[in-house]
Amino acid sequence: MAKPAPRSPASPAVQRLVVRYAKRGKMRFASHRDVARAFERGVRRAGLPIAYSAGFTPHPKISYAGGAPTGVASEAEYLSLALTSRQAAAEVRERLNAVLPDGIDVIDVMEDAEADGRSSATSSDALAPTASVSPADSEASGSLPSGNSGSFSGLEASEWRVELPGVKPEAAERAVAGFLALREAPVERRTDKVVRHLDARAAVVEMDVIAADPDDCAILRMVVLNTAPAVRPEDVLTALRGGHGIAPSSSPLTTRLAQGSRTSLTGKNLS
Amino acid sequence: MPVESVYPALEPLLPQVRKPVQYVGGEVGSVVKDWDEAEVRWALLYPDAYEVGLPNQGLQILYEVLNEQPDVLAERTYAVWPDLEALMRETGVPHFTVDAHRPVRAFDVLGVSFATELTYTNLLTVLDLSGIPLYSSERTVAHPLVIAGGHAAFNPEPVADFLDVAVLGDGEQAVLAITDLIREWKRAGQPGGRDGLLLKLATVAYVPRFYDVSYHPDGRISNVVPNRPFVPPTVSKHTVMDLDAWPYPRSPVVPVAETVHERYSVEIFRGCTRGCRFCQAGMITRPVRERSITTIGAMVAGGVAATGFDEVGLLSLSSADHSEINEVAVDLADRYEGSNVGLSLPSTRVDAFNVTLANELSRNGRRSGLTFAPEGGSERMRKVINKMVTEDDLIRTVSTSYASGWRQVKLYFMCGLPTETDADVLAIASLARRVIAAGREASGRRDIRCTVSIGGFVPKPHTPFQWAAQCAPEVVDARLRALGGALRADRGYAKAVGYRYHDGQPALIEGLLSRGDRRVAAVILAAWRNGARFDGWSEHFSFELWTRSAESALATEPVDVAWYTMRERDYSEVLPWDHLDAGLDRDWLWQDWQDSIAPEGATEVEDCRWTPCYECGVCPAMGTEIQVGPTGERLDGKRLLPVVGGR
Repeated sequence: MAKPAPRSPASPAVQRLVVRYAKRGKMRFASHRDVARAFERGVRRAGLPIAYSAGFTPHPKISYAGGAPTGVASEAEYLSLALTSRQAAAEVRERLNAVLPDGIDVIDVMEDAEADGRSSATSSDALAPTASVSPADSEASGSLPSGNSGSFSGLEASEWRVELPGVKPEAAERAVAGFLALREAPVERRTDKVVRHLDARAAVVEMDVIAADPDDCAILRMVVLNTAPAVRPEDVLTALRGGHGIAPSSSPLTTRLAQGSRTSLTGKNLS
Repeated sequence: MPVESVYPALEPLLPQVRKPVQYVGGEVGSVVKDWDEAEVRWALLYPDAYEVGLPNQGLQILYEVLNEQPDVLAERTYAVWPDLEALMRETGVPHFTVDAHRPVRAFDVLGVSFATELTYTNLLTVLDLSGIPLYSSERTVAHPLVIAGGHAAFNPEPVADFLDVAVLGDGEQAVLAITDLIREWKRAGQPGGRDGLLLKLATVAYVPRFYDVSYHPDGRISNVVPNRPFVPPTVSKHTVMDLDAWPYPRSPVVPVAETVHERYSVEIFRGCTRGCRFCQAGMITRPVRERSITTIGAMVAGGVAATGFDEVGLLSLSSADHSEINEVAVDLADRYEGSNVGLSLPSTRVDAFNVTLANELSRNGRRSGLTFAPEGGSERMRKVINKMVTEDDLIRTVSTSYASGWRQVKLYFMCGLPTETDADVLAIASLARRVIAAGREASGRRDIRCTVSIGGFVPKPHTPFQWAAQCAPEVVDARLRALGGALRADRGYAKAVGYRYHDGQPALIEGLLSRGDRRVAAVILAAWRNGARFDGWSEHFSFELWTRSAESALATEPVDVAWYTMRERDYSEVLPWDHLDAGLDRDWLWQDWQDSIAPEGATEVEDCRWTPCYECGVCPAMGTEIQVGPTGERLDGKRLLPVVGGR
């Protein structure tokens, strides 16, 4: 029988790890909450010494950067773990991958340099979206960029890939050019309770059409700021549909390829 | 021949539906086996939404038991919501399993678990989407066998036309026996075709098509007789006699989607002999068979490690009645002290010792609410239903709860019980006031709460109330309204008492489906064709649709909904399920019914675990016996809780 992990406050966090993980295949249909539950159970099954919050209903200290929407795949989701004893990052990756459902795959585990020397009790463990972007660009670096407001402040923008079945590349090119020429692109997104009004254009830093194969499936690549409230690729597509006649024959397949500073993601036009 | 996954066709539909993750499978604990290496293949259906069906203990057990067999494959399937159903019809995607997205029609067996009768229409949706003929009589060897189990299968007559086989009782050994017969039949080259297999299965289960039902001109059943040689006149339930030998589920499927229960559950015993007269579960699962403390301990340790769940449920029909519940609670609480694993007893009786147990199990967590089920508002009513709880017992129990720091107590009741009057229901209001007063005194606080939850009573087969008239929905609703008024009337208490109730109309349809016979199949089919789906969900259920469907389907019959539900039966009437044997002696059930409604007041029945046998008939009829401890074993410690109140 595995001995259950002891809980805080008896065991304070001594290490904070940042986890980059993917949401692939069937698991792209998992919501952010679904993924969070899977990680909480995975951490327990893996026997990692996770720190717990104090209070009547202690919960594991796992913080999440804003997640890709339900139905959207991702190669670049981030969360951070607060641990009560130091672990080797590579080993944590292996132990998590052994217990998580296929499709929720840990790609990399990094020490969170930002958290060192900082009391873990001050960091948020809520399911908060990434803080809105500061105007200044962070330095691009090979590992996770860091900022001033927590583990994920370097995640200023996301690079997305969007497959548009039934859309010819020339039509997509025209739509993209038209969209980029706009000053603003107001769109509405309805959820169960509210209607959000967003400016899709303001959040888009870069957008182009990648060579499509087969011919009737244009592929867009776009870099979008991680704003609050978030402008999602589907909001950009709403604008493209409305003003520029883009009409995919079935649901677009969207993948988040990367997150990071604005400068690290731009200028990679592949077309 | 390999069977192709329908996932490529399904995937484009998923972005268009709510909660698509429920349809994708891939959960921790799920199993995908090679199709061609399996000789017998089961699709296990829980005919309700994934979020309700996934945690179902019965299906999880059978999934593991079957998949442990090297040449057997079992996959899970659930009802799809109407949004996906519409898209599947539009695009021709057949009903599928969530494990490997194989079409249900390709399996040897579609095993369906009926926990409630309100999922019958969902079976029809699944059959139709699968391309399986709705009627058993129209199926060939090319179609799966449709086999039902679960509590509602103890009267499968309303769905008998749609089923090939119904299994009564515990499923663990029954599914293996059925698997053996199917394997043998397939190896022998399917002798006798579909009927050849069904004749073999008729020796271990109920095959409705081998029984003819005839009726009196007034609509009552005259008899039910086998129409083939070697088919037994009655069919008995299955009983697993050593729960320690069947320690399932060991590693249940852990959902990615959010479901109604997110915990690892261990059944600490099966069966109940408390003798509550309304309770079908307590009647059909006899005798009591305990799982030993050591097996419980091992299952909890293994289950928590395998799943990563942080809550453990100790399940049974009345969990505090385990002969070593004190030891189980103390030892598990000790083991998980300081960890983040929570323990719970989901089913507690009105008994102060149960509060002590709940206190012990909640050492790790917050004391938010406790639930008790007095079921009847007045002491007279509780005697009628044989729920032996005095008002003083209840007050003592809730006082202990509030004094131990529990802030909220939920009380469950039923409305429309036999012999009930308005006064019996209104008594709930004065009871709630006493509960609040006692709670304020015991806790010294004003902010304690009590919630009254009440629903309409539905008489069930194989219980002493199987002969009873169901109360009219208008009467139930009037009493519920009056109770609501009485609860609000006293301003000193109104804010401390919450009130939740279920209308009488859905209960009437549940009553029709519970005690119906084969003629009710036409009603179910008509309702389904008129759009009935997910009838257990208030936002989907339509009483108007059901009554309209029943009127048209029964137009040429001498019977109607009122005849099936609100009519008292007499001793001599042949009941639709009389040929299905739960072991209960029919005369004992009748006497217990008479005892409950005796004009001079009801006679109570004690529990046969600690009083002499009262001859309900189950043990001798089924060749079974009560299996209870104590075993004298411990998991670790020696400490025990002080027993207050006692049983």
